[in-house]
Amino acid sequence: MKHTIQQVFRSGKFVFGFAIFAAVLLIVIFYPLIITDGPLSIIGQGTFFPPGIYVNVYDSMSSTVYTLNLDDAAAKRIASKLNEDDRLALKEWLMAAGVSEAEIDTTDTQKLLDLWVNNYDSKKSIPGMTNAKRNYYVRLNTALKGLMATEGVTVSQFNLQTQTLEEVDAVEQSDFVNITEVANMRVLPLGTDNFGRDVLTELVAATAVSLKIGFVAGIIATLIGLTLGLLGGYVGGIVDDIIMFITNLFIVIPSFVLLILISFSIGQEQRGAVTIAVVIGFTSWVWTARAVRSQVISLRNRDHVNLSKLSGHSLVHIILSDILPYIASYVIMALILQISSGILAEASLSILGLGPRTTEVPTLGLMMNWAMIYQAQILGKWWAYLPVLVTIALITFSMNLMNTGLDQVFNPALRD
Amino acid sequence: MKGYRKYFLNKLGWFAITFVFAFLLNFILPRLMPGDPVAAIVSRLAQGMSNTSGVQAIYQQYSDLFGTNKSLLEQFFIYIQNVAHGDFGFSFSQYPRTVADVIKASIWWTIALQFPAIIVGWLIGNTLGALAAYLKGGFDKVLMPVSIFVSNFPAFGMAVFFMVIFGVNLKWFPTSGGYGFDLIPSFSWNFIWSVIVHYQLPFWSIVVIAIGGQAIGMRSMSIYELNADYVKYSRFMGIKDRKIVGYVFRNAMLPQVTGLALSIGTMVGGALVAEIVFSYPGLGTTLLRAILGQDYPLISASTLIVTVMVLVANFIIEILYGFIDPRIKAVQSD
Repeated sequence: MKHTIQQVFRSGKFVFGFAIFAAVLLIVIFYPLIITDGPLSIIGQGTFFPPGIYVNVYDSMSSTVYTLNLDDAAAKRIASKLNEDDRLALKEWLMAAGVSEAEIDTTDTQKLLDLWVNNYDSKKSIPGMTNAKRNYYVRLNTALKGLMATEGVTVSQFNLQTQTLEEVDAVEQSDFVNITEVANMRVLPLGTDNFGRDVLTELVAATAVSLKIGFVAGIIATLIGLTLGLLGGYVGGIVDDIIMFITNLFIVIPSFVLLILISFSIGQEQRGAVTIAVVIGFTSWVWTARAVRSQVISLRNRDHVNLSKLSGHSLVHIILSDILPYIASYVIMALILQISSGILAEASLSILGLGPRTTEVPTLGLMMNWAMIYQAQILGKWWAYLPVLVTIALITFSMNLMNTGLDQVFNPALRD
Repeated sequence: MKGYRKYFLNKLGWFAITFVFAFLLNFILPRLMPGDPVAAIVSRLAQGMSNTSGVQAIYQQYSDLFGTNKSLLEQFFIYIQNVAHGDFGFSFSQYPRTVADVIKASIWWTIALQFPAIIVGWLIGNTLGALAAYLKGGFDKVLMPVSIFVSNFPAFGMAVFFMVIFGVNLKWFPTSGGYGFDLIPSFSWNFIWSVIVHYQLPFWSIVVIAIGGQAIGMRSMSIYELNADYVKYSRFMGIKDRKIVGYVFRNAMLPQVTGLALSIGTMVGGALVAEIVFSYPGLGTTLLRAILGQDYPLISASTLIVTVMVLVANFIIEILYGFIDPRIKAVQSD
């Protein structure tokens, strides 16, 4: 046993897969201990806030103000406000007004604005320009003037008694706050989802639930497959015929169709994460049963089994101590594959709207489903679906890598 | 030929038994769902109606129409009779369209999309796997991890990736539908071109998934065969490498054919989900709508059609397999 484990851990593929899987598992276990928020608590009002650090504006006004005179602050401020369309519009007007194209560089904000300030004249009529377009440029010019202003802004408060605004504070353009002194800030490394929930916290909880589903489904499937395979292969006769009949039926009926039918017939209210896991387990044992059976048949007439039979050992004893150890490596490999395909099956079911019911726990499939329903992929909100896909891929990839590694250890013919 | 007939009859028998079993499951399982689907339709229709006896009458009429007021056994025999005539009843969610109508509109999209994709993926995957086993070295080192990664990637994930990269970012292909939303199906160039363009993303996302799994299988089979005694013996005999490779791949190919037969069910399942991601007008999308609308006649008809498609594909592959590999017939005719 010790020797086998040593050998297994000498396989590069297995170790690499194991490392990825262990990392995922550690994050799933320790993250909720550090960040204790509920994974489904809605914190954002609105959909799909981009990833980043969120600093409270109200609190930052009351924090200590530091004056930093940075030369490029103004240029940066304008650059971040001026979007690509506006830049192109500026270029268009300038070119129409007779500035040569070589002079205009839409990426250099400072130069572009200098050109604009020197050349723009709202009275100037450009041939072929619609009135709406002309008004757009007037508005753009006003907006740019506002951006280029050097004065600060006044913060005022509404006084209920006098019904007037009273100046409370003034914010200069060169005012800065130290982020560590602001009372409220929240890091959202993966932003928020369509309901305004922290994606990272949700993702970790979902990974935990999906792993649980995978384990339960995998263990059920492997147990059923193993039992049927052992019975069919060892006992033979009518038992084997019946088991083979059932196996042959289920092997060609697509398990995905069965999954859909059963999950649908259970109904929305009854579908919890565990129920889904059990259903997946009960529909995916076929391959294990078949493979175990054929292995057992080849073992059945070995000398040590016959010897055990002659010594009068019971059926259970023979199966447990004379046959099981020989197929144990295979069963472990099958279990690993079942777990990873169980996770995938849950995800596919959830995409169809047949996943676990949505109010209690997130799963990877449900997160994917929500992102798809709100069209995150078309709107370019990558943080809503990409981390989910990467997590699914990492889990299944690591498990299959472990499986391939084990295969190479136990099947010398496959070694490189 | 006598052996082959026995093989054929045996396979046909299995096909029939599986079909009956699948048919039963398809009928019973969706009907076990708690809740009354007819009540859902009636409440939708009777919105704002205050006349209770009117609502009652509507309910009665719909129960008669869908046959939900009869016992399950009675419903079953009526169902068999109707299905034999190609009549699957009315769709609950898309009433007054019949289920047969809805299925007819979507099945050809699915067949035209999935079977070519699966076959192309299978061919490319096997070629790559065989090459990896034969060439070894760098090609193998790159292909293997990529194949493992790709084959374990969920089908919907691949579809989303393709959609984001080629549809949303590069804008090479449209992101959803089977043809332009502004077109009416016809035999014009415009329409055919639109169909071809819309076909690309779902097609390739299914192909890529299929390639991964097949390449891995073919690689291990080929390595196993390359190490077999007959290869060593042939080498001693001085037979040319090219000829040996021919033998090897022929032998390695055979399990891959059975592999295709057995994995076609899984592949179709993945492809159905890919259809949903691209809102392709096939059975996958129909199934999604049926599930959302709790439309069990439509659900059981679509799953039945999918099952029958898989069973038939399986049957055809197994029959062909009997031709390709004479050993199979020999075993059967003993």
